[in-house]
Amino acid sequence: MSVIYILLTVSVIVGVAFFFIFIAAVKSGQYDDNYTPSVRMLFEDELVKSKTKKSTDTKTD
Amino acid sequence: MESTTCFHCGDDCGNHTITFQNKSFCCNGCKTVFEIFNENDLTCYYDLQNSPGAIPKEIEGKYDFLSQENIIEKLTEFRSESIEIATLYIPHIHCSSCIWILENLNKLNPNISDSQVNFGKKTVRVTYNSEKTDLKSVVLLLSSIGYEPYISLNDFKSGKKHINRTLIYKLGVAGFGFGNIMFLSFPEYFEVNEYWLEQYKPMFRWLMFALSVPIVFYSAQDYFISAFKGLKAKLLNIDVPIALGVSVLFIRSTIEIMFDLGSGFFDSLAGLVFFLLVGKFFQKKTYDFLSFERDYKSYFPIAITKVEKDGNENSIQVYDIKKGDRLLIRNEELIPVDGILINGKAKIDYSFVTGESQTVSKQSGDKLFAGGKQTAGIIELEALKSVEQSYLTQLWSNDVFNKDKEDGFINITNNISKHFTITILTIAIIATSFWLFTDSSKAMNVFTAVLIIACPCAIALSAPFTFGNLLRIFGKLKFYLKNASVIEQLAQINTIIFDKTGTITSNKSSNAEYDGQSLSESENLVLKNSLRGSNHPLSRTLYNILEENNIVTLDGFKEHIGKGIEAKHNNINLKIGSASFVGKPEETSILNTTVHISSNEVYKGRYTFYNSYRKGVSKLFNQLKKQFDLVILSGDNEGELENLRKLLPAKTKLIFNQKPEDKLEFIKYHQSEGAKVLMIGDGLNDAGALAQSEVGIAISEDVNVFSPACDAILDALKFKELYQYIKASKAGIKIIKWSFMLSFIYNIIGLYFAVTGQLAPVIAAILMPLSSISIVVFTTVCTNILGRKLK
Repeated sequence: MSVIYILLTVSVIVGVAFFFIFIAAVKSGQYDDNYTPSVRMLFEDELVKSKTKKSTDTKTD
Repeated sequence: MESTTCFHCGDDCGNHTITFQNKSFCCNGCKTVFEIFNENDLTCYYDLQNSPGAIPKEIEGKYDFLSQENIIEKLTEFRSESIEIATLYIPHIHCSSCIWILENLNKLNPNISDSQVNFGKKTVRVTYNSEKTDLKSVVLLLSSIGYEPYISLNDFKSGKKHINRTLIYKLGVAGFGFGNIMFLSFPEYFEVNEYWLEQYKPMFRWLMFALSVPIVFYSAQDYFISAFKGLKAKLLNIDVPIALGVSVLFIRSTIEIMFDLGSGFFDSLAGLVFFLLVGKFFQKKTYDFLSFERDYKSYFPIAITKVEKDGNENSIQVYDIKKGDRLLIRNEELIPVDGILINGKAKIDYSFVTGESQTVSKQSGDKLFAGGKQTAGIIELEALKSVEQSYLTQLWSNDVFNKDKEDGFINITNNISKHFTITILTIAIIATSFWLFTDSSKAMNVFTAVLIIACPCAIALSAPFTFGNLLRIFGKLKFYLKNASVIEQLAQINTIIFDKTGTITSNKSSNAEYDGQSLSESENLVLKNSLRGSNHPLSRTLYNILEENNIVTLDGFKEHIGKGIEAKHNNINLKIGSASFVGKPEETSILNTTVHISSNEVYKGRYTFYNSYRKGVSKLFNQLKKQFDLVILSGDNEGELENLRKLLPAKTKLIFNQKPEDKLEFIKYHQSEGAKVLMIGDGLNDAGALAQSEVGIAISEDVNVFSPACDAILDALKFKELYQYIKASKAGIKIIKWSFMLSFIYNIIGLYFAVTGQLAPVIAAILMPLSSISIVVFTTVCTNILGRKLK
């Protein structure tokens, strides 16, 4: 049996898997708003800012 | 003295700055919002963006209808025992601070579990615990921090909106197939006769076949449907040669691999469909935050307060209003039906309807028309008609609103496709019959090859990419178009019709001229100072026009609502207001708004207000007059006739006293005489005209605020650039024509291979993407150069 059959099956399966992930992503509404998430991801830390600011220690020692 | 701006909203604080924690605020509303944020550790709001806020409005009683079961049912998208989810449209969303504060709503109300902003659509989706809080308190919270949601009759009817994502799916399928087929067909391109490759050739080919089946039957189905529809209507649209090309490609390739004649053209087929869909996708630029389909429903409130016979007040839905109902209209509320004023002082702002910003005073017993906004206190009225039958809303029963403008419009691509298809078929037949006599075995090959290579991928891509890019360029310049075909229609315009109020005049400021005995210095001083204390729109306007004067404290000041102001300083007793108020008989000959002044009971003179025209109106008209017929179509009286005559080129037609229906009929009449009309308007009264015209452009001072249904929305600041936009549309058409030339050259090269019977799959696989990509590059570069000129 030639290894090419295995390779082909694997590549097609991988391709189809990614294709279905894409469909699922579209269906979940991921592509409906492609601006807000880009801003949102910069926020996370804003709320703790009033507390002590963590100073990042780098190579000072 | 430098003026301070409000820390919260960025407005000029004027003379009454409120200082709090070393920060200045323009009003108590802004200060309160700051306090709310400050208490909840949310002041980051101000770090992200300078003065991002809006002044919260008085809303007492306005949202009482939100506690009604049936209304909550319609507005929420999900309801269970304890959880409700509602999506609210908030026009004020404009920066990253807005996103941040709205997504941290749970800090202000812990019963809100989640809130998510969609910036493009300007909506926030709020999930809250309905046992502990309700929709009304969420809305009130949003309003109190300056993010008042806009809830209109429109939300009530539509319910859940269905988002159409089929184009993305089709594009995904085509892209997936295209990529994989390219990989699989790679070995064939080099024609290496290596043993193992030969061995597995059939399997590779059948895999390609399998991948191309969904492309043909799913991704490309729109082209078949459109071609079929076109043929049924005896129209050779561009989809006919495309559908022909796709089916010939598929059938010939299938036959080739079936009988082992060759590798087929699956790669070209997949590439073709993929590129065409990319073009379609690119052209579909939409502005989510704008709506081009608005009718009166988006202006009208959902519910209104009804006064029952026993004096109880009830919220009822606007659709349930019956003739004879007594309705309560609060300050800042919209009148939903025609009615008669029973109680209270009505000062109606008809700017939604007419674009006219000056309020109109009404006495009890007067008729009020739907669409007006009450601006002074509470009034009571008796409904004369139901919502659908009111004067304003009746306009929407006109057929124009059910017609699709794109029907019956043959676009440039389809226009050329007619000749193209016939030529290609002729070439195919001639070439086939030639080969039938010379070498009949090749005849079928040549016939299909011609149809394959001539498949007008490049032609079909020219318009989407040119228009798509222009749409984006216009959008950046604040000229928002509904879709690409508007550009084409705009390029064919020969008549331009303008509305007057709000379109060529600006809503914000007016000019006033004084007539009569000149006022003494001290009288001027009192005049200016008394206007300062009044909030009437005319007083504000006049105050801004008059020269600066010292601020003095008046000895006496009294505002008689609906009449005028009485002010006392030293020995001067000034009366400012309507003619009857200052003791002068009303003149009927003057059509413009006037303010009269008397000093110590002696009549002095009057200020007459004139519309102030937008900057550059005169210049714009002079640019336009060479190429277009110009008409001013106004709903107002002839008061401005003389001014307009002076301002505009002589051949401009000026027509006054036009009702909404008259405007519509006027355009219809001119269209029947062959005019291609561009209508530019702003109010709901232009809605019929905007729909009837070839292109209807709505002018808007603030694009987030509502404009009537139209094909394009133009920011008022860019009004003077209108001529540039029309010129750019025409240039866009020229670019498309040039790219047609370019794709013909490719077609001729391809046809040479096809007709001589030497079209190898590899040639098709090179020529097709090459032509498509070079067309895309050509149109993009050209439109970008065009766009740079616009700025």
